[in-house]
Amino acid sequence: MTKTAGNSVVKIDTTGILYKELNARLREIASDSVEKVELYNVCGQRYIGTDLNRPIQIDIYGTPGNDLGAFMNGPKIVVHGNAQDGCGNTMNEGEIIVHGHAGDVLGLSARGGKIFVRDYVGYRAGIHMKEYKEKKPTLVIGGTAQDFAGEYMAGGVLVLLGLNLAEGEKHKAKYIGTGMHGGVIYLRGEVEKYQLGPEVGVAELDEKDNQVLRTLVGEFAGHFGYPADKILNHKFMKLYPRFLRPYGRLYAY
Amino acid sequence: MKTFLPAKFKVDRSSDRCIQCQVCVNQCSFDVHYYDAEDNEVRSREENCVGCHRCAIFCPARALTISRNPMDYRDNLNWRGETIEDIFKQAETGGMLLTGMGDDKGQRIYWDHLVLNASQVTNPSIDPLREPMELVTYIGRKPDRVTIDPVTRELKTDLAPQIKLEIPVMFSAMSYGAVSLNVQESLARAATEFGTLWNTGEGGLQSSLFKYGKNTIVQVASGRFGVHSDYLNAGQVVEIKIGQGAKPGIGGHLPGEKVSLDVSLTRMIPQGTDALSPAPQHDIYSIEDLAQLVYALKEATNYTKPISVKIAAVHNAAAIASGMVRAGADIICLDGLRGATGAAPKVIRDNVGIPIEMALAAVDSRLRQEGIRNQASVVIAGGIRSAGDVAKAIALGADAVYIGTAALIALGCHVCQQCHTGKCAWGICTSDLGLTKRINPDIGAQRLVNLLRAWSLELKDILGGLGVNALESLRGNRLHLRGIGLTDTELDILGVKMVGA
Repeated sequence: MTKTAGNSVVKIDTTGILYKELNARLREIASDSVEKVELYNVCGQRYIGTDLNRPIQIDIYGTPGNDLGAFMNGPKIVVHGNAQDGCGNTMNEGEIIVHGHAGDVLGLSARGGKIFVRDYVGYRAGIHMKEYKEKKPTLVIGGTAQDFAGEYMAGGVLVLLGLNLAEGEKHKAKYIGTGMHGGVIYLRGEVEKYQLGPEVGVAELDEKDNQVLRTLVGEFAGHFGYPADKILNHKFMKLYPRFLRPYGRLYAY
Repeated sequence: MKTFLPAKFKVDRSSDRCIQCQVCVNQCSFDVHYYDAEDNEVRSREENCVGCHRCAIFCPARALTISRNPMDYRDNLNWRGETIEDIFKQAETGGMLLTGMGDDKGQRIYWDHLVLNASQVTNPSIDPLREPMELVTYIGRKPDRVTIDPVTRELKTDLAPQIKLEIPVMFSAMSYGAVSLNVQESLARAATEFGTLWNTGEGGLQSSLFKYGKNTIVQVASGRFGVHSDYLNAGQVVEIKIGQGAKPGIGGHLPGEKVSLDVSLTRMIPQGTDALSPAPQHDIYSIEDLAQLVYALKEATNYTKPISVKIAAVHNAAAIASGMVRAGADIICLDGLRGATGAAPKVIRDNVGIPIEMALAAVDSRLRQEGIRNQASVVIAGGIRSAGDVAKAIALGADAVYIGTAALIALGCHVCQQCHTGKCAWGICTSDLGLTKRINPDIGAQRLVNLLRAWSLELKDILGGLGVNALESLRGNRLHLRGIGLTDTELDILGVKMVGA
């Protein structure tokens, strides 16, 4: 199943290989000094990138299964295709770049790392992301997202660019940022008040926000070959948590 | 607003005995005792007393007696004092009633309606003082059958990871933040010394406790606090927490005040922020999704550790448990109605879930009927109070039990149910550094080890009386149990006969 090209690149045709076997092989490869792995004909294998714990690049051709990069700690994954549900689940460190779209709960509970998705994503993207010390999870979504994007967000940055929306078309997601108590969402285009969770405030971007956005959109544009200026030359909304403790007054003692 | 709540307790201070030393003033964290310098007298604000006895136990002159305030409402079996006072509290605050510990309502405690057998005449009992008695339990998935090489006599079957327990009693999940680090260290050291496991709860594993990893269960809950690869690989078992007996179906809020610097480092969140655990795990909406997380954790730990799944015991526990086993859980944990908590809405704690005895009997029967009982160990929690309860649980089908409240009582907890206030005068359920130092891990670990030793002696006595020399002979053997004062339906679900039958 393995073809070795040079010392540092390993190519694997994953046809007919189940995830357990594939991930065992990746663990073995990661323990050598391999810098890059190319996986071909990937078709639904789960948990790729889990338990590798070092910076290694994995290029995926095809469609990886759920929980791509779950608990990931270090690798960089480039998907030449679409990602499914749970991509970047509880990720600690690393990078996932998806040349396509992604399913539900993208970046669930991520603590660190970066995820770039070229097209749209499913429900509850960025749910309960948190940040810790120098770690700040970042999601940049090129298209739009379904309901509950940024739900329960406790930290990190979620950028929603809406590039797949037609001229004048609006984001349709509702309950954006429901329960949000940390972090920030930058949303290109407009949403109505009713589309936001009650805990979400809306503000203009200040210079610091613009700086963050320029960097992230620059990286996004670099990954997918888009003109960054054209993306940035548009109205953005900053969505922030109005309360750091949204559920402070619920109880009688 | 004037409160209509009367004092719950009376503080009687014997003026003959009191020496105005003010130990009570310093010991009380609920602001009951104060010193009046003008009169050189220690006085009480009785309305603040929670009945935890800290002052009375530490009073060097034995001058204090705490008793229930005898003030009565007019007799009314419907409108009892607690009901009336709960409404007062809600009318005064507009909030959900918050409470600590487990359900105190006394819905039938089935352990008290079950009795064990003993050998008389027809088979001999065994004296555990002179004959070996086996309490060792291995938890983890067991194979359907084993093959032994006829020549080498070696086991040819690959075994799933198994964890050895010297006693089938483990310490329940209690997170750092809910309980103090000194409590966790006491539990970890006792588990290590005695050869059992303690459980981190969902608050991460503090760096100083990584060294107890061989006796640690690390928990993954909906908040995913402190969950990273080192954490997952630090313990012996990874437990997915779906639910908790004290609060089935709801999430948790660790208030920002309890997220101290050290708690924040362990949970990996900023200091002072609320730690919100969502009600569901948002990557689990089905049995198939549970399987996905079970195998994500197996992948993350390279199949070296059993994965446990913990649920609150609810109506359909048996069917759910079957799904959990089929989803790949190596251990399933059921937490019953009386399971405790650091904080839960009272209405949930006292009204949601089913008693653990019934859940255990139903789950064990169901897994046997389906022929998959061997595929997972069954661990129960929620109201185990004594070695007698442990023996009955084993006979009903449990592989092991978790104790939470019993362990905390060993450390000094007086079950005053004020865990949610964070003011625990016994220094257990608090992050106040002035209070947490009241638990000394050297003494705490010793008290816990003593408790486990005492229970293991009692378990061996019970086994000897039954005429068996291994816990394995009692496990799932419901013929050793009889019910007392139970209906036919209850006996049927428990799978035991009536006494005399």
